[in-house]
Amino acid sequence: MSEGLTWTLYDANTMTQAQIYGEVLCKMGQTRPDIVALTADMAKSTKIGRFGEKFPERFFNVGIAEQNLFGVAAGMAKSGLTPFISTMAVFTSMRACEQVRTDICYQNLDCKIIATHGGVSFGQAGSTHHCTEDLAIMRSFANMTIIVPADGIETANAVRAAFDWPGPIYIRIGRGFEPPFYETEDYGFTIGKAVEVNSGTDITLICCGATVLQAAEAANYLRQNDGLSVRVINLHTIKPIDTKTILQAVMDTRRIITFEEHNIQGGLGSAVADVIAASGKGCAFEKVGIPDCYCEVGYPEDLQSYYKLDTDGIIGKVRQVMDRDFEEDDDWEDEV
Amino acid sequence: MPITNNEIAALEERASKIRKNIIDITSWAGGAHIGGALSMVEMITTLYFKYANIDPANPDMPDRDRIVVSKGHSGVGYAAVLAEKGYFDFELLKDFNKFKSPFGMHLDSLKVRGVDVSTGSLGHGLPMAVGLALGARVQKKNWKTYCILGDGECNEGSIWEAAMAASHFKVTNLVTFVDRNRFMIDGKTEEIMSIEPFADKWKAFGFEVRDINGHNFVELATALDEALTADEKPTVIIANTTKGKGVDFMENDVRWHYGGLNSDLVIKAKASVERMFQRN
Ligand SMILES: Cc1ncc(C[n+]2csc(CCOP(=O)(O)OP(=O)(O)O)c2C)c(N)n1
Repeated sequence: MSEGLTWTLYDANTMTQAQIYGEVLCKMGQTRPDIVALTADMAKSTKIGRFGEKFPERFFNVGIAEQNLFGVAAGMAKSGLTPFISTMAVFTSMRACEQVRTDICYQNLDCKIIATHGGVSFGQAGSTHHCTEDLAIMRSFANMTIIVPADGIETANAVRAAFDWPGPIYIRIGRGFEPPFYETEDYGFTIGKAVEVNSGTDITLICCGATVLQAAEAANYLRQNDGLSVRVINLHTIKPIDTKTILQAVMDTRRIITFEEHNIQGGLGSAVADVIAASGKGCAFEKVGIPDCYCEVGYPEDLQSYYKLDTDGIIGKVRQVMDRDFEEDDDWEDEV
Repeated sequence: MPITNNEIAALEERASKIRKNIIDITSWAGGAHIGGALSMVEMITTLYFKYANIDPANPDMPDRDRIVVSKGHSGVGYAAVLAEKGYFDFELLKDFNKFKSPFGMHLDSLKVRGVDVSTGSLGHGLPMAVGLALGARVQKKNWKTYCILGDGECNEGSIWEAAMAASHFKVTNLVTFVDRNRFMIDGKTEEIMSIEPFADKWKAFGFEVRDINGHNFVELATALDEALTADEKPTVIIANTTKGKGVDFMENDVRWHYGGLNSDLVIKAKASVERMFQRN
């Protein structure tokens, strides 16, 4: 975390998430000769090609062959190198699923995966390119660490932190057109430690990726218009999960909603639900995401709005949950 | 089914119209994979307008031939052909890529009339085509299966797994095309991940190989006629093409793998297609 790279808001505004990580990786490559970068005909689309321009001898484009991509990366990691691998999230988690699980995670190798076009960030492309299952898949792989950065600045933080973090890591970003959320990088990013981006006592919104910005804006609106005190948590690390922050929110606000660009089965919401269920504490709880379907086609902002992942959708959901009397059933002892 | 001069002239005209329609859809869509859509126009036009036994009025006709566009990112070209064939109104494609449209950039078989198989993730089409062809054999049906691959797509191991199976099972009711435009996303196929000697690879996998000019209707028809009478080995037609064919400023320029067109560029692009048509 000491590269001395500072991303001004101006940088973040003009650079996509992917461009930013391309730059970070280049910078790290200068001092860390064991870094190699790999892709599968996605050098330009993912921006990992920036590393290739600087360090051509440490860059490998294996062509359109994702299974081979992750197999080769595993071999390089076994040889002592630290591979950073980038292609679309959908092909990482599904086409090369077994290579990631068996070659990389099973052998607990230092492979740093930057999976792009996550969620519905490439909405126009349709279901073959949407990726709303990857968090569920990756969560089920032992040894895997999963990070979903909120924006480009957090991506820069995550990529840098990944280098020093032992074992495999899956960093899931969008297509790169997401608006920035953070203004500087020194807000205290640590893998496994959630960030409270808005304090509040009435309800907690737990988010990752592009929904963080939307939730923060919704919280602002709800404070001004509904007088609600809404806590917003950026749960950038899905695994290992920050149990303490989640349970603190349960205790303090008793109402939790999760927002993610992922199927509501198996992703951020399910991870949070696991924590709450295991704690034995009760609270009102709702998961918002893709409702177990193949998504419609459309631009990301249309889809985010349709699936209630934009500011308006989030405001509506908060009002619904605030209106819900979750103590109405007398048969239940909801003392916690 | 030898091809007549009249047929050739009609196909040339059709191809030119389809190219212009691809240009329109790309501009409506705000961006599409236009380079590889333009390179496959002649092969897909030959299939839809001369060879394939299909009926746009009856898209689910049980004995129809099956066409699998394995390079599914060329949906903009595929959609233009389906509309031209009469599966749906061309005007509907104004919604291409738009919210809740049935037409995403990779066509969905559950949403778009005439699409037999959903593709878009490369390397899936040929295995499914082998399955369709075997399906015909097992059910004693006479339909043929056609599959169009990208040359970059042939980096995928699954293509070669399917090739192995096609020759092992002697799947001669399948005809495979490769749109050999020599480009993928990051650059030239031979620079990013070389696939040559390409014809030899297919031969080694047990295929009969036809190496032709993929923009020439006579060569396409001759190769197809031969492929359709084969009874020993499956055939692959390596159709040598130009990425962006017909639009001079796109031809062989990798930046036009995916792009958008403003109204100026639409005019320039169509003028170029028209010049190509007049030259032929
Ligand atoms: C499995 C998979 N990996 C990556 C992609 C992204 N992608 C879309 S098109 C393309 C290049 C395709 O090249 P080629 O097959 O030669 O097609 P053409 O040049 O004819 O457009 C890539 C890598 C994809 N669609 N599927």
